[in-house]
Amino acid sequence: MKPRRGSLERPRRSPLLTVVTGIVLIYSVVPLLWLFINSTKTQSSLFSSFGLWFSGEFALWDNIVATVTYNDGVFLRWFGNTILYVVAGAGGATFLAIIGGYALAKFTFPGKRAVFAVVIGAIAVPNTALAVPTFLMFSRLDLTNTPWSVIIPSLISPFGLYLMWTFASEAIPTELLEAARVDGAGEWRTFFTISLRLLAPGIVTVVLFTTVATWNNYFLPLIMLRDPAWYPLTIGLNSWNAQAATAGGEAIFNLVITGSLLTIVPLIAAFLLLQRFWQSGLAAGSVKE
Amino acid sequence: MALSADATAAIIPPTAHRQRRSWLPWTFIGPFMAVFALVFLAPIAYSLFISLFRDQLVGGSVFVGLDNYVRALNDPQFWESLTRVSLFLVVQVPIMLGISLFVALALDSARLYGSNFFRIAIFLPYAVPAVVAALMWGFMYGTRFGLVGNLNDLFGVSLPNPLSPDLVLVAIGNIVTWEFVGYNMLIFYSALRVIPHSLYEAAEIDGAGQWRVVRSIKLPAIRGALVIATIFSIIGSFQLFNEPSILQSLAPNAITSYFTPNLYAYNLSFSGQQYNYAATVAIIMGLVTMLVAYAVQLRGMRKEA
Repeated sequence: MKPRRGSLERPRRSPLLTVVTGIVLIYSVVPLLWLFINSTKTQSSLFSSFGLWFSGEFALWDNIVATVTYNDGVFLRWFGNTILYVVAGAGGATFLAIIGGYALAKFTFPGKRAVFAVVIGAIAVPNTALAVPTFLMFSRLDLTNTPWSVIIPSLISPFGLYLMWTFASEAIPTELLEAARVDGAGEWRTFFTISLRLLAPGIVTVVLFTTVATWNNYFLPLIMLRDPAWYPLTIGLNSWNAQAATAGGEAIFNLVITGSLLTIVPLIAAFLLLQRFWQSGLAAGSVKE
Repeated sequence: MALSADATAAIIPPTAHRQRRSWLPWTFIGPFMAVFALVFLAPIAYSLFISLFRDQLVGGSVFVGLDNYVRALNDPQFWESLTRVSLFLVVQVPIMLGISLFVALALDSARLYGSNFFRIAIFLPYAVPAVVAALMWGFMYGTRFGLVGNLNDLFGVSLPNPLSPDLVLVAIGNIVTWEFVGYNMLIFYSALRVIPHSLYEAAEIDGAGQWRVVRSIKLPAIRGALVIATIFSIIGSFQLFNEPSILQSLAPNAITSYFTPNLYAYNLSFSGQQYNYAATVAIIMGLVTMLVAYAVQLRGMRKEA
């Protein structure tokens, strides 16, 4: 934040406002604390102790070992699958959003308005309307129950396109592109040598949002995948949870809780480490100041 | 299309004009549109197509015209699910967006101690998958060994079970609110950050106070972000699936197979093999969503009186 002048611009700090906002903060953070605290408990003390404080032996490490070794290490397999879906799906979605958003921001071309209308219109179509027919289509193409059935639909991120579009129209001076054109550079060459660098904060932002969408995806893989060997973490965790409810199934709540913690740690770490970049990317217009 | 030209004008960022109209930019936007056609447009067309047929034991797939649509409009289970998500939408979305807006304004006012910490901590739940959020809250809701049970033991009270049929919708509303308050807050906050400071200076010269600035400058300036967030939240409500589907194993009596339209369509196709009817339900929900989103957007984008 830049220093501001004047009393409106630099108001006095308010303890009352801080406290009231603090309630929202507590609401946001307490469940995460609950998750961490309870992943340090054994299954038996999970049932017998107060949820918001530590109790019994500190079993976090044991729980982690149990989680990654349970059922021949299927959790690690799910982890690997999730990484695969993120790298291919979110990576691809980011690339398509970058070049598409760049085109929408910096070029005039035939059909541009139609592109906008179709993409915005499609955002309003609920996933349900698409899920069943997409499943049927993919099953005709023999793609269901393969990684492709999760990766291909993940390649489209209308929100990513929109972010990139707003970002590119602010971050790349048109004069720069004109100058490159005068110098005789092709549009793709200009894009890779000049524009891509200017787009970096926007790219980090889009990467994070498409990564979250893919990492957390539940509905799509639930429909497309039957073979647990291709499950991502989300489906796997829920199958562990549902196992307790089935007759004769082993209740493994400590593994569900520790597995949940292991699932969210990478994303939270990414958000914290990269916050400088993605926040500046999100506030696309801040370059105006 | 869901958004009118009016909104289009408000949403489209300023674009550099080139003298020449050329097809070359299509090498940039083309790949996106190609995949988009495959995973958005083709399934929509396909579901419109199959909604006109019915699978019969004898004779296979038969063209039945709009019969599936008539059936859906007379289907009490469909209406019950639609009523439920509408109720959810009317209550949950204003609460969630209200909290988000409050936090965004508080952060932007620069009157908070430690505002960076607030911003990032409140945003963090967005990084938590719906599966984990629902499992976590589901455990906490537990009266036997969850937090609710802990509180009952601790204070000798008997709080109502959040996973009972009466309260489960509220319990789900809380989970969804928890997941998305921070996300919407960040959208509003980013929009607030780009308001030109000259406006504040002008307001100060005119002697406007904090509240006046919020009402007359900040809220109108982020109108577009408010409308977009409202539309996305409405779409989310109509699509409600993950949270009830995951809580189902913890609250099997409270969450029916037609708890939400999305759950209904899913169960019709994957447990009932009624693909044609499921597609019909999905299309009707798509139309309802677009109509409501369109109405909100028209109201939201109306010029201030």
